[in-house]
Amino acid sequence: MTIHFVVHEEGDSVGTIVVEGVKAGDTLTGWIMEQDKTVTVKTLNDIPIGHKISLKDLGNGDTVIKYGVDIGRTVAPIRQGEYLHVHNVKTKRW
Amino acid sequence: MDLAKATFRGYRRDNGRVGVRNHVIILPVDDISNAAAEGVARNIQGTMALPHPYGRLQFGADLDLHFRTLIGTGANPNVAAVVVIGIEPGWTKRVVDGIAKTGKPVEGFAIEHNGDHATIMNASRKAKEFVHYATSLERSEAPLKDLWVSTKCGESDTTSGCGANPTVGNAFDKLYPHGTTLVFGETTELTGGEHLVAARCRTPEVREQFKMMFERYQEVVNRHKTSDLTESQPTKGNIAGGLTTIEEKALGNIQKIGKRCRVDGVLDKAETPSGSGLWFMDSSSAAAEMVTLCAAAGFVVHFFPTGQGNVIGNPILPVIKLCANPKTVRTMAEHMDVDVSGLLRREINMDQAGDKLLECMLATANGRWTAAEALGHREFVLTRLYESA
Repeated sequence: MTIHFVVHEEGDSVGTIVVEGVKAGDTLTGWIMEQDKTVTVKTLNDIPIGHKISLKDLGNGDTVIKYGVDIGRTVAPIRQGEYLHVHNVKTKRW
Repeated sequence: MDLAKATFRGYRRDNGRVGVRNHVIILPVDDISNAAAEGVARNIQGTMALPHPYGRLQFGADLDLHFRTLIGTGANPNVAAVVVIGIEPGWTKRVVDGIAKTGKPVEGFAIEHNGDHATIMNASRKAKEFVHYATSLERSEAPLKDLWVSTKCGESDTTSGCGANPTVGNAFDKLYPHGTTLVFGETTELTGGEHLVAARCRTPEVREQFKMMFERYQEVVNRHKTSDLTESQPTKGNIAGGLTTIEEKALGNIQKIGKRCRVDGVLDKAETPSGSGLWFMDSSSAAAEMVTLCAAAGFVVHFFPTGQGNVIGNPILPVIKLCANPKTVRTMAEHMDVDVSGLLRREINMDQAGDKLLECMLATANGRWTAAEALGHREFVLTRLYESA
């Protein structure tokens, strides 16, 4: 089974795309590494390899979780399946 | 991989340390001695000049770091002998005396009142002697505990955090029980995961020292920043590779110290550890600076995981590159020593990836060149703490 994205831990807000050529509308299979489970999500955008897909609906100002840890805050609402990166997420630290 | 009986064949130096390379280096004390050092290296085959842009009018802690880095580089067991060249004899002698404590052959030459021609001629004679000395040395068997391994990642992306960095962590977890000496650093690049490193510190004292180093570096960022550091930390390359925030980058970075090994102590920049175990070095996260500091601290093999494809090497420290990003492995194959892209296709597991890296580490320790060595990457970059006087 082809894995399109990986998730570090169950409960993370995001998955990381690990294949090239992901297009809007594709149904993607993800591997949750820590629990060794798979999930499927339909992507709303083209997403480059290495970039992230939101696994949940997030509101503006919500905390984004990866590795089970806080990696920053949203600066716009993000829907499940949407491309998540510097345009809609910022650091909380600097 | 059973490391219990693993050995490697290296060069045992007079001070008991074991190197995996046998370089004769021509080390300038300062920027204006680079031309003479490079002249000697052109004259005498088998030598290597290490030009750099600093060494004049530095003072205080910044000067101390300059000397510690130069002396540590010369003292590194991957170096058989050293010719030191400086503009004047005082600071030249200070570097020579520091390196001489290892017992290895070292001699200094000063340019003032001699000129480049005479200096190059005299230093070339000595360099030729040193080449004959170095090439007469033979490798001998050494236990794994004599191997000092450093790590620092670069041009990371999201595949670093789920592939290449945990591969280093797996290898570190396997090396740690065998009494090897290990180091990681990149102080600002722990931001967002510093609590995880603090929790791994062996004692409350080490944890306190780590926290002080971390907080000091945060103050440097806060004092000088003009933005949230986007494009600097994370870098533009990191962002192109999908990393969004420093927190995300840090959590990927921290995968390099594995799951089991503890942080046994902290080091200042270019400081040599006093015992085995895992050490944290307070350091820049810029690749060439950090790797140069690791070499100066005495490490002899380096693990360098990359995502987007950093091409760094070091003059004396073999830098082993590993990568889990299939696109990078395909487009930059000549730079990669260990391909762990199978991890993300679930073709190999983390245990197998760690073993692949350890096999490459032993081959490198036994003399096989890394990609960076074959490609001539010799980035020697000194860390500065502040302006010269």
